[in-house]
Order: sequence, then structure tokens, then C-alpha cells
Amino acid sequence: MTSKALDEIKIGGLGSSRKRVEDDRFIRGKGNYLDDVTLPGMLHMEILRSPLPHARIKSIDTSKAWEIPGVHLVMTGEMMATRNLAWMPTLSYDTQAVLATDKVRFQGQEVACVIADDPYIAKDACEAIEVDYEPLPVIINPEQAQADGAPIIRDDKDGQASNVIYDWEVGDQAATGRAFAQADVVSKLELHYPRSHPSPIECCGSVADFNRATSKLTVYMTTQAPHIIRAAVAMVAELPEHLIRIVSPDIGGGFGNKVPVYPGYVMSILASILLERPVKWIEDKTGNLISTGFARDVYLKGEMALRRDGKILAVRMHTDADHGAFFSDAQPSKFKIGLMHSAFAAYDIPAAHLTARGVYTNKAPGGVAYRCSFRVTEAMFFQERMIQEAANDLGMDQAAFRRINFVADHDFPHRTPFGFLTDSGQYAKCLDVGLKAIDYDKFREEQKEARKRGRLLGLGISTMTEPLGAGNSREYDILGIKMFDSADLKVHMTGKALLRTGAKSQGQGHETTWAQIVAHELGIPAADVTVEEGDTDTAPFGMGTYASRSTPVAGAAVAMVSRKIRAKARKLAAHLLEVSEEDIEWELGRFYVRSAPGRGVTIQECAMAAYSNMPDGMEPGLENTAYYDPPNLTWPFAVYIATVEVDPVTGVWDVLKMVAVDDCGVRINPMIVEGQIMGGLTEAYAMASMQFITFDADGNCVGSNYMDYLLPSAWETPGFELHSEVVTPCPHHPLGAKGIGECAAVGGPAAFVNAVMDALGGTGVRNIDMPLLPDRVWEALTNRHDVSGAPPIRQD
Amino acid sequence: MYPSRFRYEAPRSLDEAIGTLRDGGDYAKILAGGQSLVPMMKLRFASPELIVDINNVPGLDYHRADADGTLRVGALTRHADLEWSPLLKASQPTMAAAAPMIADPLVRNRGTLVGSLCHADPQGDWAAVMISLGASVVAQGPRGRRAIPVADFVTGPFENALEHDEIAVEAVVPPAQGTRAGGYLKLERRVGDFATCGVAVALEISAAGEVIRAGIGLTGVGGATINATQAAAALSGKALTPEAIEAAAELTAQAAQPRTDHRGSAEYKRHMVRTFAARILGAAAPGGTGPATTTERAA
Ligand SMILES: Cc1cc2nc3c(=O)[nH]c(=O)nc-3n(C[C@H](O)[C@H](O)[C@H](O)COP(=O)(O)OP(=O)(O)OC[C@H]3O[C@@H](n4cnc5c(N)ncnc54)[C@H](O)[C@@H]3O)c2cc1C
Repeated sequence: MTSKALDEIKIGGLGSSRKRVEDDRFIRGKGNYLDDVTLPGMLHMEILRSPLPHARIKSIDTSKAWEIPGVHLVMTGEMMATRNLAWMPTLSYDTQAVLATDKVRFQGQEVACVIADDPYIAKDACEAIEVDYEPLPVIINPEQAQADGAPIIRDDKDGQASNVIYDWEVGDQAATGRAFAQADVVSKLELHYPRSHPSPIECCGSVADFNRATSKLTVYMTTQAPHIIRAAVAMVAELPEHLIRIVSPDIGGGFGNKVPVYPGYVMSILASILLERPVKWIEDKTGNLISTGFARDVYLKGEMALRRDGKILAVRMHTDADHGAFFSDAQPSKFKIGLMHSAFAAYDIPAAHLTARGVYTNKAPGGVAYRCSFRVTEAMFFQERMIQEAANDLGMDQAAFRRINFVADHDFPHRTPFGFLTDSGQYAKCLDVGLKAIDYDKFREEQKEARKRGRLLGLGISTMTEPLGAGNSREYDILGIKMFDSADLKVHMTGKALLRTGAKSQGQGHETTWAQIVAHELGIPAADVTVEEGDTDTAPFGMGTYASRSTPVAGAAVAMVSRKIRAKARKLAAHLLEVSEEDIEWELGRFYVRSAPGRGVTIQECAMAAYSNMPDGMEPGLENTAYYDPPNLTWPFAVYIATVEVDPVTGVWDVLKMVAVDDCGVRINPMIVEGQIMGGLTEAYAMASMQFITFDADGNCVGSNYMDYLLPSAWETPGFELHSEVVTPCPHHPLGAKGIGECAAVGGPAAFVNAVMDALGGTGVRNIDMPLLPDRVWEALTNRHDVSGAPPIRQD
Repeated sequence: MYPSRFRYEAPRSLDEAIGTLRDGGDYAKILAGGQSLVPMMKLRFASPELIVDINNVPGLDYHRADADGTLRVGALTRHADLEWSPLLKASQPTMAAAAPMIADPLVRNRGTLVGSLCHADPQGDWAAVMISLGASVVAQGPRGRRAIPVADFVTGPFENALEHDEIAVEAVVPPAQGTRAGGYLKLERRVGDFATCGVAVALEISAAGEVIRAGIGLTGVGGATINATQAAAALSGKALTPEAIEAAAELTAQAAQPRTDHRGSAEYKRHMVRTFAARILGAAAPGGTGPATTTERAA
């Protein structure tokens, strides 16, 4: 390297905590979100939703709605059916009603829609629609769904004789059985991971614009995966793919909620085609919370076979998943229960067996991976709750028990008990950093002392590795499309660049980090790189952003395309320096002659030459595209430790301290990584303390607006102490990076719950379901029994 | 938000406002802070035909003490004005404790105490506080002014004693005999939440440490705000001994009529009412920590 190499941090390269470039427009209120899109002649759509969770539709009378001035179109399921659009296929190979025809199957289901001059008129007209319902018995949990004589929710499906959607299993049943037969202790735990909703601040919506003159359909849409939507629209609406353009503008949060295809999108598209005018649909908050993709809602029966000395011999899990009225999980794996079997990946366990059942209920459909790879959140929560109870059953220290069972540093790649292959990690080292940060031994002393005075202190540990960055394409696809991703880089003649990827930022900061990767690979200052995503007419084909896959997959593609550009630039440099390619060295931003390091050309000079002075026979220009199919998922590791104090009189608990040790490999922008961890921990605290959607016995959704769907504010959210001392680069990612967007939301909840349960140690209480609302904690403390949070809620 | 169609008037004087209301009949609604009315309109739970916005009416934005200690709170005084008021901090411990616990800072900047009383939400905090203080609402209409004790003013859930052409112009808290003590404790699931339950205790204490007058109001544990008169009466003439506190807390818990719902079991809520009453009274007793409020908890 010469003294002329650029300073990587100064040009905003790898490792630079560069400020997020997108924030400038967001903070100034200059973002361009879906609701900012206004087209000439645009009409507005409102949806009429079912007030009942399960009812036969006897009749729908729309005549009064049609009479209201300003109404252009009223659509019902019957009308959609004439175009074969009353039902649509789901990403999980089931069907979902676009507008109900025969029955409504959950509260909030789409029954009709109105397109009018403005949204006020459309709403008035929705209220003028008369629907005659015949109520049916309601099912709101798996137990009811499987009870004798339960009504069949999906009587629309031939051969569907029960409410069971699937039975699925993985692992080695026989080996697991043998291990349990040899166990000294069997530790058991049953619990429910409550239903929640990703609840982005911006709701879902679309502006569909069909142009009869050009036959082109342009749809602005709140989607995390525009190319998949284009493919889905082509298939569902039978439109030619080259005449469909999906534009995903700035997105006000996604968290998985904006992956699925929603009925509203389909209705707005059909309405625009019928009316030949742009049609805007944007949900209100209640519509978003009660009808769009929820998360979790899984019941666990877990068992662990243990040897007296602390070794885990085997794990047995059964899960019951409540999928709602349609099986429309937005997940890309071939596994019915997603990546549930990533559980226990951090532990060296000889045998494991998982059985999973999915059922229909009268609740909103569309399980989404809320800030996680599908079902990983449940998997890691179940794992860490089971680990804590197992250590307690053995009378062992929580940290010591984990250390005995961790996969050792020299054991990678490691085959997990359910068959995944983890790539790398230094688990024990991370745990040590966490224990030191929380001052483990001292806290245990304080805890004992406090107990004597009637104060309840607790400490909870959560340690986990999780699979991030779908695919590889062998095991992961959506509707058959393989889970690769892409980047397209155009270096202009002045050395400035335009980068486009198939991912789609919704707050992750792609405009900032992608430019940093280009800066790292090419020495083009990050400030000279524009990043664009989300328009299927310009972006290369990609699978979108969710499951922490952007950096592992699209980010890798950015590195690979930059390397392709560098390879061509090297040829240009050789030409400019009049030496052979082999005699040239690269350093950040510059090629030079090995034997005369002072003679060199910058990447910008190469770019100029690509348009003005290329060697004979070379194609002009400096542009390229890369598609990246990852060899494996990336496996970050995390340690979260929380300490809490529980008020024994009221059941209210407060977090005393929370430390997070994240090893996500190489950090491209450390500030953004820390932001992701902070956000994830906040959501973890939310899950543990207050955020959930439940139902009463009549199937009414409790949590349909922000007065009842509780998100913690800055006031309640505790402070977090973050640690980044341990860095294990990913062995198969071009930059050594691993996913990080979701680790804290996945691993965090167990730390808080384990801490509260630890505070209740000695009371005989094994479990309180999340969220740990004060009344549940009080009930457990007062009555000395477990508290279930499964629906229905109790009511007078 | 897409409410139903409505007409909007912004009168510039009280007389004009009353006239507009009278002409508007049953379907006219006053808009003060809008923090209850607007959400109801958004959800189309309320679809008034006429909105009479009183925010331009002069002379309603005040809170002050008369020479005898009577406190007057005008109809346009915001929750935030009361939260930051040195006057309340010095002389009205129960009100000062409650003000910061209402909703969140945004709502407090707009919402009004008088509007909250008019709205008569069983989960509204001010009604319990004002009942504990024996306060009244002054109503003004075409037939003149009248004062209505808050305990009678709140006639049921979301119902008040106003005629359709009357405006509540101020709330009045009578002066204290002796020293004021008390507080407000509220169980909320997070900041900005309505009360799962709330207990307001207002005490007037003699130099000898005896309770001259007590008032106890309960939020969120009944079909309307509850006036725990028996518990209050049990304190009168007594010193705040542990026995007196326990007995009063028990009577307060008995006055509650909680229901089991998604916020918790009836049993838990009653337990919390008892706990809060005991904690407020304990804090007011000799050697206690002073006016009890929940806001410091998470700080
Ligand atoms: C997110 C949120 C959280 C909240 N949390 C709480 C809480 O924790 N505790 C709590 O107590 N409240 C809470 N509130 C309600 C808030 O305190 C309101 O400000 C209050 O209930 C109503 O006061 P307002 O001035 O906003 O009245 P408005 O909304 O303007 O009016 C409410 C009703 O009273 C009538 N009215 C208002 N003023 C008069 C008058 N002078 N004369 C006659 N009629 C009148 C109106 O016609 C209307 O029917 C919350 C509100 C929101 C939006």
C-alpha cells in the first residue's frame, strides 16, 4: 500500500459510522410515502369490513351506496367472482378471500369496497351498504379449533374435514426417544407466544394506475418486495409482466407487515382497470391492526432430557400454530412451521424432535416474520425459556448450564440437532462479556440480600444464534422463485455512481450502507454513490427486504458487482499506465504499477477512460450487474441479560439494567448496527411487557387501535448497554458480515421474561405468558400458579 | 381520519357561542381541546352536525385563587397549564399529582380540565380528583349561570347535567379548612393510557393532625366515576394512624365496582384500589413522603 491510498473511514467506507443520508429528507418531512402520491384524476377507495368474526353472508345490498353523489364503483365478492378474483392464492399455497362471498371468517375481513371522488364520500358510502349476516360459532384458539363438533371454518375447500391445516415434523424421533429414556431429569414447559402485530406507523396502501392507451399498469405500493408483487400480479391478474410496474416509494416501517399481498391491493388494481383512472387505497390504523399480517400466536409443549451433570441429551417440542382464517404465512421456506427448528442451534444437543400442527381459527390471517426470519422469534424464545427452567430443575447456575452445552468455538461448521449448519461463533466469550457487564456475581449477592428484606430482584439471560439471510436457493423460494438477490452498479464517467438493488429499505438505511460497500470495494467516496431501490422498471430483479436478508444477500451482491467493476477498471488502468494487468496493484481508490508505486491512476480516471479512452476491442462503459445466491444463512450470536425488580404488592416490574452483546461479524456501519439493536431491544421489551393482540370469547379483536395495542414510549423503555467486543466474521459472506436487524427482537424477550421469572423464584411459578402485565404477575405471586395468556381474555 | 360531514362555527364571544349552540339544537357539540371529541368523530362514534369551537372565546383561559382560597379553572385551561402551575404545586396536592398523569404531553397541551369533566368518561382522571375536592362546575346558558357539584354533574358514563344550550365555563374548588394533603395514584399500562384504576384522595388536616374533611374519588372501576363517601367519612375527625388508614383503604376498596376485562381481573383492580388508597394516606400521614403521585415511578 502506498501513501496515496484513501483513508477508508474518511470516504465513508466499511466501519464508518456515517450518518444516514436518507434521514435528511425524513426529518425535514420531505419523504415521499405512498400517501404523498397524488395522480391526476385519482379516485379513493375505502373498504367495508366485517364486524363479526364468523358469519354467513345472507345478502349484501349496495343500492344506497351507489346513490351517493361522487361514488364511482361499489365492489362486492360476488362481482369479483365474475372475474375470478373473489379469491387469491396465498404465499403458503392456500387461498384467501379478496372480498367475502360465502362467509366472513374473521372480524375485520373485507366485505365490500367503494371507490369515490374523495375518501369521506367513500366512507359514507361504505356505511350505506347493508349486509345481512347469520352469525356462526366462533373459534379463537387451537383447542377450540380441534374440539369435537367444532364448526369447519374453511368449508369452501373441498375435502377440508377439520380445522387442521398441516401436521409437520422434523428431527430424529427414535434417537430422541432413546435419549429421554436415559435422562436423569426431564424438564417440561408449556407456554403461549402471544399474537402480535408489526404495526408500522405507515399503514398499507396502494395507488393503482392503469393506462388504457399504453395498456400499462403502474402500482405504487407499500411493499417490502416489489418484484415478488410484480410476479404475483402477473400470475393472479393474468396481466403481461412487462406491462406491470410496481413502485415502492419511501416506506414508513415494514417489520414484515409489508411482505404479503393484501386484498386491498388487488381491489385497487381491479378498480383502476375498470374505471381507467388512478385509485388510491390507504388503510386506517384499525384496518391495519385487525386485518393485515400478524405474527406469532404459537403454543409450545417442550421437554428436555437432562443428565445430572448438566448435559442436555435431547429436546422434544410440539407446537400448535394459530394461523387465522387463511393459511397465508408470508414465508419463503419449505418448512410448514418456518424456521422453528432453528431452535437450540447454539447448543450441542445430540437428538431432537419437533412436531408442528397448524390450525384455522376465526382470526386475521397472514402470519408474517415480524422482525425475524419466519418463526425464529418463537424458536429462540421457547429455547431460552426451556433452558432457564431446565437449569432450575437441575439446581444449576444459569450461566454455567449454558456454558456446558454451548457449541464450542472449534466445532464449526456445526450441524444443529434439527439439521441446520451453523457457520461460526464464539459463544462462551460473548457470554463472559455479558456477565462482566452486568456484574453477575455481585448481582446474585444483592439479589439474596434483597430477598431477605422482601424485595424481589431477578436476572434473566438469553443466548442464541439464529439463521439470517434467506436463502440459499436450494431451500428457500417464494412461489418457486429462488431466494437470491441482486445489485446493479453504473459508474459514470466522472467517477460518480448509481447503485440499484433488488432489496427495499424500510428504515434499514440501505442508501447509506450500500454506498459504504461500494466505497470499500472501489474507493469511490460513499457521498458520490446514489442508491435507488423499489422500482421494478429500473431495479434489478430481487426478492426484497425482510428476514435480515439485505446485508447477507443484496449487500453481498453489492460487493460482488463492485468487484466486477474493479476487474474491468484494472484493465483500463493497465491501458492507461501502459503496463500489463499482472503488473498492477490495487489499493483503496487507486491502481499503481508494482515496480513504480508512484505511477498510478485513480478509480475516477479509470471511469473516465471507460467512456473516452478504452483500449481497442473493449466494450465501452463501466456498468455491471451481480446476482448473489448465498451458500448458507449467516449465523450471528447474541447474549442479552436483563435485571429487574418486581413490586410484590402490585406486580409492576421495572428493568434495572439491560446489556446486549451482539456478534454479527463485520459491521459495515456500526452506528446503524447499534440503531438496529436498540430498536430490536425496544420491541423485545414491548413483547415482554405490553404489546399483544388478543380476543374475547366472541372473537372481538382487543388491540385494534393504539389505545389498546400498546407500544412502549421512550418513557417506559429502559436504557440498553451495547457491547461489540466480539467479532466473528462470517466465513462465507464476501465482507464477513452477518444479519443483525432482528437479533435483539428475537433474543431479547426471553431475557426480560427470564428475569421476572427469576425474581419469582421459590414461589413454584414456572411460567407467566407474555406480556408480563402487572395483573398477571400479581396473580402468579398471590395464587402461586402459572398464568396463561391464551385467548379468550377473561371478562365479567 | 374521515368523520361524517359537519358544520363548523368559531364564535368570538360567550354569548355568541351560547346563541350558536341554542340554534344548533341537539346535534351541536362544543369543541374545547378536541382530545376526546375528535377521536370519537374519527371513529364515527360521534357524528355531530355542528361543531362550536370555543377556542376563540376570550376570557376562558385562566386558573386562579380567590382571596378566600377558592380555586377557579376556566374552560380553556389546558391540562399542561395545570401540570406546570406553581399555584397548584403550592396549594392543591391532589390536582398537582393528577395533572402530569393525564394522557401524554401532546394531549395535555390541548385537552382541558373542564372538557374532561363534560366528557364524563369513567376512565377520565379529573372527575375523580374534582369529586374528592368537592368541586363544582359553573354552567352558563341563555337562562344565566348555575353551579353544579361535580358529583351531580357527572350523571353517567359519557353523560353530564348540562342542557344542550349550556356551556361549562369554569370548575370551582372550594377553599380548604386546615392544610391540604392527599394525592393521586393511577395504574396505567403505559404513558398515555387511560387508568386501569385510579384513586384520588383529598384531605384537609388540622394543626393537631386530625382530618377535618376527606374526599375520595375512584377512576376506572365503575360505570361512572365513583365517590367513595363512606371511606371518606370514616377518616373525618381522625388522625392518620395505621389503623385508620387500613380501615379507610378497605372501605375504599369496597366502594369500587371493578369488572374483569383485558386490563385485569376485578380482584386485582380492587386490590390496587386498596393499595393506592393506603399508599396515598400513608404518604400524607406524619412521617410520610408527602403528596403521592405515580409519575416518578419509571423515571
Ligand atoms: C391519546 C389520548 C389519551 C388520553 N388519556 C387520558 C387519560 O389518561 N386521562 C384522562 O383523563 N383523559 C385522557 N384523555 C382525554 C383528554 O384528557 C381530553 O382532553 C379530555 O377528556 C377532554 O377534554 P377536551 O378539552 O379535549 O374536550 P373535547 O374533546 O373538546 O370535548 C369533549 C366533550 O366535552 C364537551 N365539552 C368540552 N368542553 C365543554 C364545555 N366547556 N362546555 C360544555 N361541553 C364541553 C364536548 O362537546 C365533547 O362532548 C386522552 C385523550 C387522548 C387523545
